[in-house]
Amino acid sequence: MSKVVTDVTCPFCGTLCDDLEITVSDDGKEIIDCQNACAIGSEKFLHVSKEGRVTRPRKRQPDGSYKEISYDEAIEYTAQMLAKAKKTLWYGWASTSCEAMAIGHKVAEKAGTIVDNCATVCHGSSLLAIQDVGVPSCTLGEVKNRADRIVFWGCNPAHAHPRHMSRYSIFPRGFFTTKGHKGRKIICVDCRYTDTAKCADEFIQVEQGYDYELLDAFRTVARGEPIPDVVGGVPKEKIISAVNTLKEGRFGVIFFGMGLTHTLGRNHNIDIAINLTRDLNDYTKFSIIAMRGHWNVTGSGQVLSWQYGFPYCVDLTRRTHARYNPGETSSVDLLRRKEVDACICIASDIGAHFPIEATRHMAQIPSVCIDPHINLTTEISDVHIPVALVGVEVEGCAYRMDNVPIACRKVVEPPEGMLTDEELLEKVYDRLCGIMGDA
Amino acid sequence: MSEILIKNGHVFDVVTGIKGDKADIAIKDGKIVDKVSSKAKTIDASGKTVMAGALDIHAHVAGPKVNLGRWFRPEDKMIRGEMRGGIVKETTRMEQGFSIPSVFRTGYSYARMGYGFAMEAAMPPLYARHVHEEIKDTPIVDEAALPVFGNNWFVFEYLKEHNIEKTAAYISWLLKVTKGYGIKVVNPGGTEAWGWGLNCLGINDEVPFFDITPGEITKGLIEANEYLGLPHSVHIHPNMLGDPGNAPTTIDTMKLAEGYKAKNKFGREQLLHMTHLQFHSYGGTGWGDFCSNAKEIMDYVNKHPEITFDTGNVTLDETTTMTADGPFEHHLSALNHLKWCNVDVELETGSGVVPFIYSPNVFPCAVQWAVGLELALLAKDPMRTMITTDHPNAGPFTRYPRVFKWLMCKKTRDEQMAAFKHSGKVADATILNEIDRELTLYEISQMTRAGPAKALGLANMMGGLAPGMNADVAIYNLNPAKMPTDPEEIEKAFSLSAYFLKNGEIVCQDGQIVHSGTKKTFWVDAKAPESKQVNRDVREKFLRYYTVTQANYEVPDSYAPNPFVIEANANV
Repeated sequence: MSKVVTDVTCPFCGTLCDDLEITVSDDGKEIIDCQNACAIGSEKFLHVSKEGRVTRPRKRQPDGSYKEISYDEAIEYTAQMLAKAKKTLWYGWASTSCEAMAIGHKVAEKAGTIVDNCATVCHGSSLLAIQDVGVPSCTLGEVKNRADRIVFWGCNPAHAHPRHMSRYSIFPRGFFTTKGHKGRKIICVDCRYTDTAKCADEFIQVEQGYDYELLDAFRTVARGEPIPDVVGGVPKEKIISAVNTLKEGRFGVIFFGMGLTHTLGRNHNIDIAINLTRDLNDYTKFSIIAMRGHWNVTGSGQVLSWQYGFPYCVDLTRRTHARYNPGETSSVDLLRRKEVDACICIASDIGAHFPIEATRHMAQIPSVCIDPHINLTTEISDVHIPVALVGVEVEGCAYRMDNVPIACRKVVEPPEGMLTDEELLEKVYDRLCGIMGDA
Repeated sequence: MSEILIKNGHVFDVVTGIKGDKADIAIKDGKIVDKVSSKAKTIDASGKTVMAGALDIHAHVAGPKVNLGRWFRPEDKMIRGEMRGGIVKETTRMEQGFSIPSVFRTGYSYARMGYGFAMEAAMPPLYARHVHEEIKDTPIVDEAALPVFGNNWFVFEYLKEHNIEKTAAYISWLLKVTKGYGIKVVNPGGTEAWGWGLNCLGINDEVPFFDITPGEITKGLIEANEYLGLPHSVHIHPNMLGDPGNAPTTIDTMKLAEGYKAKNKFGREQLLHMTHLQFHSYGGTGWGDFCSNAKEIMDYVNKHPEITFDTGNVTLDETTTMTADGPFEHHLSALNHLKWCNVDVELETGSGVVPFIYSPNVFPCAVQWAVGLELALLAKDPMRTMITTDHPNAGPFTRYPRVFKWLMCKKTRDEQMAAFKHSGKVADATILNEIDRELTLYEISQMTRAGPAKALGLANMMGGLAPGMNADVAIYNLNPAKMPTDPEEIEKAFSLSAYFLKNGEIVCQDGQIVHSGTKKTFWVDAKAPESKQVNRDVREKFLRYYTVTQANYEVPDSYAPNPFVIEANANV
């Protein structure tokens, strides 16, 4: 016999689909099947029952091999490292629950670390732009129910957010959008002809690195001013026609991704995309939404903000108040400048995402990686502490790309004796208080 | 739990009727009692003012737009030296932010001022989990949240056919799944219209597509509120917030409550709570002839016991405006050209966030300052008058002591009035100069304690010092027998209480936080006859229009680990 757990939230991407149905074995220990999820989401559930999972902490030995240690030893190592270090970088958070973050921040505040999340190599530039110019936005349900103009700019949901198009942006029929796909005009702007572009009514191929100029041209045309014959490799007529399409809509949305945030111009690309959205609100209703990547990177920004007022790059090393200065307090810069003397990577992967110089420094300082899986970071950390997988083996809150919080469910038991992030961090906190004193 | 005796303080308390006389307050097990044993810890309050813990009936302190305000304004953490590094971490957690303080600073600041309860004024139901996550993380102060109903598609559809039973059944369901406290209405119909970039500018302005007017929405919700017998009344932010000449719309809105009777078991008498009335009491046709209509508004309020209101006092600070009134924030950003955030929420509501500087050099800002004070000073019934700053919209809640000072001292008002750049023009556009009234400590206690407690249906446990009530007690360094000659001392005394006791525990002493308290989340379980049709409608809306499933919409119990649930029963 097996049982089906319904309304399961997928802990993979910022789309945070919450309609998964997971079939588990009768003893609640094994996942047998996964319905409604995309290929990546399915794998997220199905792989936990596969062999080869690390279920106890491991410590790197002088010869480079790893030796299993107890959780207590791992906790002792982590607490001692935090207490001794002058400046610890604590990076990650995007794949754990908000509850765990809240506890982690308590530890970080006590130890006086930097707390930074994946936005630092992802949508951090979007956050900077929003701090400069604000953001007119909406929930994804507004898109589903109202939107008749959709722009994908520098993002490729067909691969990165596989169910985004069917749940929210292109295909769904909503309250005022009863015709679904047929009632929407889709524009895709990218430097490559992506699989998302294949779904678009109009594909605009921008020359790589010219997004700012093209967005500027869009704004200029929207305001009725003349533009050159070609901007960013796109002919004037095509730009004018696209802007007219947007202005003629009743409700439009711009979705953007790494193609804007991490190409030439960075936060200024987002800045001008937001200002285009503002301008379009003089003619019709327009919103803009960042395609946040990790399933709970948004949640990390939220928890940091309600506790310290900043969404990432939070420097708690002063111990009296939090500082925030991306470029100075951002992970990659801190590592590249060798300004930190210890590092914890939790629920993310420095080794996979950071530039090599930054990763190299991380490998040279005392480091702990807290992650359910073996990843590139665990293999260069001094200690790897595996934890139960949030969203599969542990419940907890996560925030979707439009900041809507959704509770993740527990569908199976974690392997016996494994700690959750929350349990582990509470223990580290207790030990740290023991070392540093309660004050 | 230990016993405490607060001796010889000058007590100001409506519930026991003590108006500044010396009295002892005994506390045992978190409650006020008649007497305690000789072992009780004694607090000497001689020469000090003793009041019940204050209640904030309207503040934006937790949730999506509050947090958006926090993170999109890093500068708010750096406005003043004292806010940046000067506050030495005195408890376990850091404190950050001026106009939109972090959750820790929010809890600690309320406690320092002697506040024990805060109502989060606008909870978008879809974001209820976020609101509760923040409430859970906010220390000391008890909190509740009002879900917004004024732009909700279910409400539109049921009230279009004036079906109060279905509306009530839906409200009952929604309060339960969001752990909400009552019915908040923000720019009824207008925020839905904003879904298409439009607005509703009056109670008879039709909502696009839904074929209903703001007036019909508000009346229907008042009826549903009384049908459900909720502890609080409908809490409304009317149409046309902030517009010159909006006073007639405000009066039209208040008139909607005429002819109904409050039906509840909580001692609440009002039918409509008009929130941040300052923003709705303007005359003129534009910013040039902008003027106060506080007198016209208060003439109506004074004659109508079915209305309560809070002021929404402008404090002349740089602050952050945030409201579920999406079109207003768009309008505001067009006026001040600062950064604009907007969040439209599927099927339910919307919101916007824009920084704002209430500059003493700007004529309308100075008029707004005067209007807020006029409202409180023209009020004949302090029990129906509550002091707020619509935190953080007209100013941060940490400025309440400054507002008390202005209300208690004409001299400081005159000084401020004279200091405005356009003081002559401001004086002409307002009537504040003609008002000599200075509020007494007793009236302040009515406006900040007993009044809001009664309006929220909490009068049996909060806002007073009678035996059996919660032992939330504030002691201020203010000697009523010898009031300070320097009015700044009044502000200082209310800013940093000598003691604040929350549920019988000393949480603040000499303005320093000494205990993180045991805060509770209040919500209302409104029992109403179930409607199969409503259940079906809910199911269908989730299947077809929402982007989360119905099962994932509910706020799990773990989000409110210390709940205080108030049961209400429908008047069937």
